[in-house]
Amino acid sequence: MDKFTKISSVAAPLPITNIDTDMIIPQNFLRTIERTGLGKHAFSNIRYNDDGSEQTDFILNQSAYRSAQILIAGENFGCGSSREHAPWALIDFGLRCVIAPSFADIFYGNSFKNGLLPIKLPQDIIDGLLKDAERGANAIFTVDLENLEITRPDGEVISFEIDAFRQHCLVNGLDEIGLTMERVEKISAFEKKQKVHQPWLYT
Amino acid sequence: MISPRTLYDKIWDSHVVEEQRSGNSLLYIDRHIIHEVTSPQAFEGLRTAGRSLRRVETILAVPDHNVPTTADRETRVDSIESKTQLDALEHNCKEFNVDYIPMMDVRQGIVHIVGPEQGFTLPGTTLVCGDSHTSTHGAFGALAFGIGTSEVEHVMATQTLILKRSKNLRIDVSGPLGFGVTAKDVALAVIGKIGTAGGTGSVIEFTGSTFKNLSMEGRMTVCNMAIEGGARAGLIAPDEKTYDYIKGKPKAPKVAEFEGAVNYWNSLKSDPEAKYDNEVFINALDIVPQVTWGTSPEDVLPITGIIPDPINFKDPDKKASIERALDYMGLKAGTKLTDIKVDKVFIGSCTNGRIEDMRAVAAVVEGRKVTVVQALIVPGSGLVKLQAEHEGLDQIFIDAGFEWREPGCSMCLAMNADKILPQERCASTSNRNFEGRQGPKSRTHLVSPAMAAAAALSGYLTDIREL
Repeated sequence: MDKFTKISSVAAPLPITNIDTDMIIPQNFLRTIERTGLGKHAFSNIRYNDDGSEQTDFILNQSAYRSAQILIAGENFGCGSSREHAPWALIDFGLRCVIAPSFADIFYGNSFKNGLLPIKLPQDIIDGLLKDAERGANAIFTVDLENLEITRPDGEVISFEIDAFRQHCLVNGLDEIGLTMERVEKISAFEKKQKVHQPWLYT
Repeated sequence: MISPRTLYDKIWDSHVVEEQRSGNSLLYIDRHIIHEVTSPQAFEGLRTAGRSLRRVETILAVPDHNVPTTADRETRVDSIESKTQLDALEHNCKEFNVDYIPMMDVRQGIVHIVGPEQGFTLPGTTLVCGDSHTSTHGAFGALAFGIGTSEVEHVMATQTLILKRSKNLRIDVSGPLGFGVTAKDVALAVIGKIGTAGGTGSVIEFTGSTFKNLSMEGRMTVCNMAIEGGARAGLIAPDEKTYDYIKGKPKAPKVAEFEGAVNYWNSLKSDPEAKYDNEVFINALDIVPQVTWGTSPEDVLPITGIIPDPINFKDPDKKASIERALDYMGLKAGTKLTDIKVDKVFIGSCTNGRIEDMRAVAAVVEGRKVTVVQALIVPGSGLVKLQAEHEGLDQIFIDAGFEWREPGCSMCLAMNADKILPQERCASTSNRNFEGRQGPKSRTHLVSPAMAAAAALSGYLTDIREL
């Protein structure tokens, strides 16, 4: 997993509520056995016309936002399915950070495991960020995960919160499985005890 | 003295391997179901890192999302990509020695229908699957939730997950259900009340006489939809009905162990004084048959309702969201729901693909004729199909003009050839009405099996109580 320390980028405003995982990556593109290559299909149904040409009014098709690493969205971003293809698609597209008033639980957890930083902020602050973001190429945001700060284009600094363990893993690009495997003695001890109390789970 | 705990607290506490300094817990996972779409990258990850499966006997594999539902399914996988995924599952299961139910096996079906049928789903366990509708298994008093592929790999390698404890949300529905009102209507009414983010960060416990009186099939329908209310898991305390369902199933505790298991399972209920973070109370008599009109499961109304007018909403986000939904759905504010014409009907999915659902449809359509362009019935598993055919339901469906298919996820998410075409409108017993869910530009109205059957006959969204 790529480390995430600090990024500076324009931010694409997509103020739609309940952007679900089917919208982020439609079902047709789940038929892959790879984690990469999904970027071209991100938001496919609202990004392309039937003939495959780009929908000019879709925000990520506009020249100012094509290389955006930050997306600012509405409430309940990532609701729906558990498909990790959603953060895979966003990362492969080039996004590193999604800012929204709230996220669905499964998507939120999946993001951290793929180097995508989801940041929750109150709606009134988001409204201000959306206004900045609409200025396109003239508005560069900086997201600093080590210091838990967003710097707005005008220099104002906004703090955000992230679970300390998740922050640690993302800043250092750590493999959670490797960390958990160091706890193997504890896991074995748990199993030994559980086998006594619930033997039917071990037959 | 231990302070009073909820059912969720009890299952959680009994699975904590270690409390970590970060405030997270290392939680033990008892059961793991995998399918072809969200597991290949996890197996690949294990292979790359040279890791093995910690307890292979805790995994059950079934292909469901991609499988064709036509009779010639063995030779009909419609795309190279689907075939690659299905082959990868089979190959990975062989290589890692995982218990695998192949597509042509009579036990094959949708993971969330197969798990309970096989007795793999047990009370008091933690159960995960790379699929958000894993909440279904909560009907057995199992803490069951959907996970991403990285977590699938984490469970495979370590039999644990690093998690933060959720909040407790109680949804109590009490009283008898009115004529024509089903578990699906209860689930939709609950989502209408709390919203699709209402359960975010929470596990829902469904309490009250209405759930107590539901069959196991009905309870599974309710818990299945917990995720549509934003909750990763839904729970119903196990009781005699639960034990009767489990008893004798292939992977259930054997006779010698069953009594001991039941003794333990009987302790799996919330203490009378247990505190919930939030509580919602609904009178079952206030629930009438429900139908969704928009592109989120919270866009739901009684079938007697009319399409909402964005003008009446002050919140600009809500207003914009309704305008977007109406535009997508091709609907006008003020239209009566029963005036909406449907093109296709889909009956099936992990929400409503069980035998009770098949029976409910048969009761409505027997001796009548379908008037829509296409009406599909896709049983949730081979065993559901077999039982329905044993009861003669298949003939009732075929005589009425339905297509009677092989089991799989099918048109619920349209990953196989079963799709709604652009701008077509479908009355569907599935769980999501998102934009493009049943195919690009498809328009979905979520309903109960009986309501879907009624729509197939009349060609319109129909109040089952007036049919």
